[in-house]
Amino acid sequence: MIVRRISFPDFGWRSTFTDLERMRRDMDRLFEQVMGGTYRPLSAGVFPLINLTEDKDNYYVRAELPGLKAEALNISASGRNLTISGERKISSKGDNVKYNRREREAGSFNRIIALPGDIEVNKVEANLSDGILTVAIPKAEAAKPKQIMVK
Amino acid sequence: MVDTDTSELQAKEKVEVASSVEQTKPGRLFTPAVDIFETEKEIALLADLPGVKTDGLTIDLRDDTLTLTGEVKPFKGPDEEDILIEYDVGNYYRQFTLSEVIDQNKIDAQLQDGVLRLTLPKVEKAMPRQITVKEG
Repeated sequence: MIVRRISFPDFGWRSTFTDLERMRRDMDRLFEQVMGGTYRPLSAGVFPLINLTEDKDNYYVRAELPGLKAEALNISASGRNLTISGERKISSKGDNVKYNRREREAGSFNRIIALPGDIEVNKVEANLSDGILTVAIPKAEAAKPKQIMVK
Repeated sequence: MVDTDTSELQAKEKVEVASSVEQTKPGRLFTPAVDIFETEKEIALLADLPGVKTDGLTIDLRDDTLTLTGEVKPFKGPDEEDILIEYDVGNYYRQFTLSEVIDQNKIDAQLQDGVLRLTLPKVEKAMPRQITVKEG
């Protein structure tokens, strides 16, 4: 984009700017309404949705997987990547059943998550409880923050 | 019988409860996905409530209104910092109006792996009475 500062009219540019800012905010709000929640440009849109956090020693990947058994889940780590795959099965209820609502979905999934730093591939631990998967991934020694002494 | 559906699961944002219920506690409130099906004898309800433990779950049946409330305790450690947040954590809430009379004493609820299975047996219908007309 070319910005021509010199020929820009001296009067009223500030109001143009605030108008634009207001429009941008209106657009964001509209987007939130359409998307039915908070607009997150970072979400990969791949099942399962994950939350990635870190502390000094570990990365933590969490996902909501209600009804999944540990056997139905496959987790592997290589390089800086963590792969979560599996299948969610919902048993059918036979022929004599009438459905009022059917919102829960079954299917397979396969997601790869790139972690922001080097990890200890052999020390990854995964835990599934109450339908929440938590994967603790230790950071490689080189990726940990170091306290530097000032002499 | 196992469903052999192997289609890919799609990522879905959690649905937030429309603000018809006023909350006293801070935090977000989500609508759980449910399956409801019925046979001649009972109504069964399956609800996805990831993160809800038995003591955090309240099932309330009053008249013909069934209310499910699931409390989720935050599981993030104290020193953890967010890098990427794709879903929000909050409590669950959903209310249903039942069209059948339920036998309150035989309700069965099981919570396993974050899925609630609620069985609501129907009350046996009053027997149809034969009315005889006497000649007078």
